[in-house]
Amino acid sequence: MAMSDTVLATNMKSKIRRRGATEDTRFARFVLISIAVSFLGLFLFAPLAVVFVEASGKGFYAFLDAFRDPDAQSAIRLTLLIAAISVPANLMFGLCAAWSIAKFSFPGKSLLITLIDLPFSVSPVVSGLVYVLVFGAQGVFGKFFSAHGIQIIFAVPGIVLATIFVTFPFVARELIPLMQEQGTVEEEAALTLGASGLTTFWTVTIPNIKWGLLYGVLLCNARAMGEFGAVSVVSGHIRGLTNTIPLQVEILYNEYNSVAAFAMAVLLASLALITLGLKTLLEWKYADALSGRARKH
Amino acid sequence: MQTLSLVEQESTKMKKHGFSIRVDGVEQDFGAFAALRDVTLDIQPGELVALLGPSGSGKTTLLRVIAGLNLPDRGRVYFDGEDATNLPVQDRRVGMVFQNYALFKHMTVADNIAYGLRVRPRRLRPAADVIAARVNELLSFVQLDGLGKRFPAQLSGGQRQRVALARALAIEPRVLLLDEPFGALDARVRKDLRRWLREVHQETSLTTIFVTHDQDEAMELADRVVVLNEGRIEQIGTPEELYDRPSSPFVISFVGEAVALPVTVADGHVKFAGRELHIDTHGLRSGPAKVFFRPADIAVAAVGNGEIEGRVESLRRTPAGVRATIAIEGYDQTLEIDSPVEHAASLGEKIPLSLTKARIFPAESSAFENIADGI
Repeated sequence: MAMSDTVLATNMKSKIRRRGATEDTRFARFVLISIAVSFLGLFLFAPLAVVFVEASGKGFYAFLDAFRDPDAQSAIRLTLLIAAISVPANLMFGLCAAWSIAKFSFPGKSLLITLIDLPFSVSPVVSGLVYVLVFGAQGVFGKFFSAHGIQIIFAVPGIVLATIFVTFPFVARELIPLMQEQGTVEEEAALTLGASGLTTFWTVTIPNIKWGLLYGVLLCNARAMGEFGAVSVVSGHIRGLTNTIPLQVEILYNEYNSVAAFAMAVLLASLALITLGLKTLLEWKYADALSGRARKH
Repeated sequence: MQTLSLVEQESTKMKKHGFSIRVDGVEQDFGAFAALRDVTLDIQPGELVALLGPSGSGKTTLLRVIAGLNLPDRGRVYFDGEDATNLPVQDRRVGMVFQNYALFKHMTVADNIAYGLRVRPRRLRPAADVIAARVNELLSFVQLDGLGKRFPAQLSGGQRQRVALARALAIEPRVLLLDEPFGALDARVRKDLRRWLREVHQETSLTTIFVTHDQDEAMELADRVVVLNEGRIEQIGTPEELYDRPSSPFVISFVGEAVALPVTVADGHVKFAGRELHIDTHGLRSGPAKVFFRPADIAVAAVGNGEIEGRVESLRRTPAGVRATIAIEGYDQTLEIDSPVEHAASLGEKIPLSLTKARIFPAESSAFENIADGI
């Protein structure tokens, strides 16, 4: 009895020495990694590579020619304009929402937190349609605005509104947990030391959330430039006027102008890659700041 | 300890012994919960006062009302006789040390300390070199010379505490407020800092108020202790007064150990389990009451003179003698009595006990029962 116990113990010991309890066999590891890598390769890297290959299929000059098209240039300008309006707007709205949720308690707070996620859970096409219903020619506000000569749907304001709606959660969702974790005590300390509310905001609040804020803005920007569904519904696809890059890609593709379509797609894909790169860089820096905060002696 | 010429100069310039504070009928509600109920309190210039109470007693809320971080629903706060109730927190010049220090994580220690001077409006702001000199002076005052370039995350808990204090002192506060100043520290550092805070108080002669739930801390440090319970002040007094003349069952139970016995009062006589206790009832009405006494205030009496009968339940040898656990006859309560080896009782023996000192309070509310059970 005692001896079999000893034998068992020795056996277990030798097994433990070979690999930890949570480590799988070499074979299982190989299979799992190959599945993950081939899935990523097939569904992510290959399409991305195809975009670049197709775009340069008829040579570099054909690729460049795609950008000489005035419609293409107008689409690029419009996309930049939309991002330039909706990203700062959501930076402000997101900051306000995160601030009020993290630092105050008020009735309906949990409802507000749920509503912030609405643009993520609702299909973009549906949100586009809602805007058409509200601001369109027959809509509630549409009549008011058209009476004053302002067109919202099938014009730039509609695209901006739809983009703001779709990209709203990015900044807010990034900041809420961060600000909740930090609480208000540092702000209170600044106030007791004589700092005004605004000084406190710039010298204490913003430095504490800057990485999270930047991260949220990056994701918001990527989505604002790439949004298709909601924008497609409200834009009306007017060439040279209300076509953003994603809409332009679709039009060119439907016209079998694949080089031009993929050239525009390359632009979007590069934007995505740059965003990913910056995001990784931020995560790396941000994680450093986080561990610095948690470090104790 | 090095003296802080600057703070001394400033405080003498302002006033020799700090500012007086008066809290008058302050009440604060958080929804249906009354955090402070009719709190009135006078603090003398230069006094070191502890706000003592269990969690939820309102002690931190009171501190925040004095700091100006909470606006009371009713009542007023006076600084040196001046109504400061509606004075914004920025203009109160209170040096506040927060429970977890609340240091600015993204600033160096030196920048943390300089913060209060740098955010002043331009015409009141000292020149950069004056600020730097002041920061160095404060750093050496809190014994952190040479650590100015570190970040808070690179400091120990005790060091962070000192930075928080230096930052609060930098603005030449009229009053120093500390919220659970030693709460997050381990026992040894706590003791050092406790002594050190006493010294800081003596040197700066600032009116100082600190919040604590630790009665030892309050009794050891403070000139006067304010005992709070459920948003009300139970008693204000020196440590001696609280130990010797506790004014309520709560105070006697919360400050030091106490044993409670249910008794009945009839015509000025106190009866427990059929025997009379020789306690002055101070004109207490007839009816149920409770007697409170410290474990040290009960002794073995001569045979026949016992007020309370006890039975020895267990005996344990200690270095000094024998510790007997004694069950009180007629009530489900035990107490421990130490006696020398030669006089030790035997197991199961019945022994007479008498009280040398006790306090009696009428038994009324259910809250009262809870307090008695919590001993």
